[in-house]
Amino acid sequence: MKFKTLSRIFAGAVTVLAASGALAQSKPTELKVGITTFLSGPASVFGVPGMAAADLYIEQLNAAGGINGVKIVPTYIDEGVGADKLLSEYRRVVQETGTKVMLSAVSSGNCNIIAPVAEDLKVLNILWDCGTEKVLEEKRYRYVTRTQANATIEMLSTVLYLLKTKPDMKTIAVMNQDYAWGRDSWELFRNALLALKPDVKIVAELFPKFGATDYSTEISRLQALRPDVILSTSWGGDLDTFVRQASQRGLMKSSLLVLPLAESSLERLGTALPDGVIVGARGDHYFLHPQFKDEPKLKNFTKKFQEKTGAYPIYPVFHMVQALDGLVAGYQKAIKVNKGQWPSTEQVADAMRGLEFRGLTGTVKIREDGQGLEDQLLGVTRKVAGYNFPVLEKIMIYPADLISTPVGQKSPEWVKTIKPELINNPRFKQLN
Amino acid sequence: MNRAKIVVILLALVALLLPVALPWIKTPLILGTAFGIAALGISILIISGQISFGHAMFVCAGGYAVAFVSRQWPHLDSAWLLAVGATTGVILGIVVGSFVVRYRAIFFGMLNLALSMVLFAALGKFFNLTGGTDGLRLERAPFFGMNLERDAFESVLLVVGVALALLSGWLVQRYLRSVAGQALSAIKTNETRLEYVGISAYQTLWIGYIISATLCGLSGAIFAIAQGLVTPEMGYWVRSGEIVFVAILGGVGHPVGAFIGAGIFEFVKLFAAAYLTGAWQMVLGFVLIAMVFLAPRGISAMLEQRTTSKREDV
Amino acid sequence: MSQDIYILAVLDGLSYAALLFLVALGMTLVFGVMNIVNMAHGSFYALGGYMAATLGLWATAHGASPAWSLLILPLAAIIVGCVFGALMETSLMQHIYNKDPILQLLITFSAFMIFEDLQRLVWGTQPYFVSDIVNYLGTADILGITYTRYQLMVVPGVALVVFVALRSFLKLSSIGRQIVAVSHNREISTALGINVKRISLLTFVVGSILGALAGALASPTVSWVPGIGGEMIVLSFAVVATAGLGQIEGALVAAILIGLARSFTVYLLPELEVLIPFLIMVLVLLFRPQGLFSVAQSRRV
Repeated sequence: MKFKTLSRIFAGAVTVLAASGALAQSKPTELKVGITTFLSGPASVFGVPGMAAADLYIEQLNAAGGINGVKIVPTYIDEGVGADKLLSEYRRVVQETGTKVMLSAVSSGNCNIIAPVAEDLKVLNILWDCGTEKVLEEKRYRYVTRTQANATIEMLSTVLYLLKTKPDMKTIAVMNQDYAWGRDSWELFRNALLALKPDVKIVAELFPKFGATDYSTEISRLQALRPDVILSTSWGGDLDTFVRQASQRGLMKSSLLVLPLAESSLERLGTALPDGVIVGARGDHYFLHPQFKDEPKLKNFTKKFQEKTGAYPIYPVFHMVQALDGLVAGYQKAIKVNKGQWPSTEQVADAMRGLEFRGLTGTVKIREDGQGLEDQLLGVTRKVAGYNFPVLEKIMIYPADLISTPVGQKSPEWVKTIKPELINNPRFKQLN
Repeated sequence: MNRAKIVVILLALVALLLPVALPWIKTPLILGTAFGIAALGISILIISGQISFGHAMFVCAGGYAVAFVSRQWPHLDSAWLLAVGATTGVILGIVVGSFVVRYRAIFFGMLNLALSMVLFAALGKFFNLTGGTDGLRLERAPFFGMNLERDAFESVLLVVGVALALLSGWLVQRYLRSVAGQALSAIKTNETRLEYVGISAYQTLWIGYIISATLCGLSGAIFAIAQGLVTPEMGYWVRSGEIVFVAILGGVGHPVGAFIGAGIFEFVKLFAAAYLTGAWQMVLGFVLIAMVFLAPRGISAMLEQRTTSKREDV
Repeated sequence: MSQDIYILAVLDGLSYAALLFLVALGMTLVFGVMNIVNMAHGSFYALGGYMAATLGLWATAHGASPAWSLLILPLAAIIVGCVFGALMETSLMQHIYNKDPILQLLITFSAFMIFEDLQRLVWGTQPYFVSDIVNYLGTADILGITYTRYQLMVVPGVALVVFVALRSFLKLSSIGRQIVAVSHNREISTALGINVKRISLLTFVVGSILGALAGALASPTVSWVPGIGGEMIVLSFAVVATAGLGQIEGALVAAILIGLARSFTVYLLPELEVLIPFLIMVLVLLFRPQGLFSVAQSRRV
């Protein structure tokens, strides 16, 4: 009895002393992480692999001890229920379960909505997959950070690749999803294209709604117009449907298709995607990346991912791993700064700025405004033996520092200042 | 009506005290009161025998009006924003109601549906004006002159919401007991006789429509202020259906019915989200079917003293 | 290009109109006979599509040629209509004939909610795109635009066949005439010895089959996802309201009208495309609420 009482007093004293330590936080038993992704609707073909990647990678991380011995426990939230229901669920997870770390979101529209809410709720929110540059340019956040690139970097690299591949193009049409990403990405692409080649004619700007299931009339219109180039920053089920319908009607025969997000659809589309289509990967994310495909980290993960899901990893998978790697790196940096003690949310959020880490491919750097910088990979489709879907050739890598908006400036204006000499910059290397 | 009064007090107490035990439940409670106010509006029309599958358009319009105003004048007090929502409802109700109330039965329902779908489609399409399907965000504005942190703000909003619910319930009850309100049920039973007595069915229904639109607009304002976000989904026809659903579930006999219905609706949604992941629509569907067969006049009817005649309608 | 646009818009619009017509047909038939608007009608559309996709995948897995799809699609529709339609009619619709119209609508709305979750539970939330039949039938070039034969010929073809078949059935066959009788006056039909209960069940099942057939026909061309039923309901309302409740020929004309209006809008004013069906519905309801083809009823609208 005495021993129990004594140890209780002792424990109480220790706790009081520990609690009175200025910045010390007691190490939690587990780290709850809320993850939003698309689990229903057309975008789920894109979002569900992200969830599988998270499960797999968190399992790996926990098996290796977690973050300083703290295991990660994920909760998944479906973005497919719509923005206001997502917001309610986001708040509920944060407030009801006391989750302090959120990975959100996939949809640029949702990111715009969630960022200020996360800042208000004082939770660390990692923008793990959305691309709109506006979310970090229109406001400075402390708690919101991004472990991947953004629309500016991606659209600029696409324009450069396009002009290098088809310098004599005259007409272009765009068909993007009608929401933040579709509109913002087109604004950037158009400004950059016109800055580099002012004589290009834009013959059509089509914006079918996000989640549209039928593009027949748009395809008829595009066929009638016969532009040299058709751009679409669509992704997920929307892109799949568009490509399948376009393929059925031979749209690719009359126009060059530029699909900066199509790496995530290559396997699902299979033979529906013909040769010669320009494909991007929102980053240098490609399981056959010439520089990394034989490196053990990517190779092993690809193998495990295939065993778990039966498919090759696509760029949302890479982004998820990157976000988790970034989170771990952020925590480790904050722990070091905090002299080995478990850091507060604020400390981790601050540690994320200036962070440099690697996901499955190249290095990612996070700037002081929370924006991530990663190299961009673009290539052209080609069917080869050994895979029943096209692979990418004529791959070029675009380092982010040459094509990202300086901190504090607004992208749509900045891209207008690009000079044509950039197209042939020697740092843009072709790999195969 | 004593039982009903007890239920009213109980509901209000639950709404105000539950957050003490479960702080995260404030937002669902606020949304629940907003829903109840909208259902109260719809119940007025149901009493007249008309069902509108488009009243979500007033909720949506109220919300967007609040969003536009708040973005233009971010320091405008939230109390004024609530008034903006209600006013939008009044104005739209007057305009739309002026021609819609000439119709009856299924045509009334379909015209409302069509108008709400036009609004829904327009809001989703004109990205540069309305933010498209992503909607519009609004910042937290001062409440009664105070600049509040999120927690305190939500508490104030909840109290205001409950107060508005009680106030609107009381006002609607008074309206329904007045001549104009009593005339409403005559539109359902025998409109010609009403005209014969000298009361214009058109004016009666128009007034009822305006009140219902006002309540829905107010509901939309509460929604917008609570979420900080408005999207076209607020005006989708299924939302209109849900409002009607809640009104029937709770019963239109007594204003408290709308809030009982809203409470059950929100509760099942929360419960199903946590345990049945995604089957909440199915559960609610079965609940309503059971209600229609077993207690067609809704739950609030069970609170009234038993009358000798057992009516088979709402 | 301007001349050609009209022809292209017409071709695009016809295929869409055919689907609208089939869905609207089912709804208007049910209303004509039972005087109830079935808010769950769009769910039959969705279920028809899902069933067709499932059967299609099953057939491909067993090595069947895509040509079998031409049989599988109607089969899927019949299965959905008979199973879910009959289930809904016997368990729900039968018991609400004498109830308040508001309650009737609510019951069908509840059925819609149940079906929405049922789809998710059975078929999941990821999209289905089973389009082998479209690829199999190949393409046709018209004025330099490539159309799929399926879109140009199969879908409008089926709609036309159904239209003609249904009209002759209603005019010529005994059961058809009974259905017409019941749609005119239920009480007198009973007095005449018609088994109204059986007729109602039959009509409802046929209506559901038609809705499901539209879904089955549409599913090879588009991505099939949850929520597609909800969207289709409001579009079919637009057609039915424009035509007039219970009007079959009218539904065909209204469907073509709305289908063409939509496709012309995509060519000329693309931003207005989603608004067009509902704008037409509002205009028709405002100026001729009983629909373009109805005979005015004595009941005040």
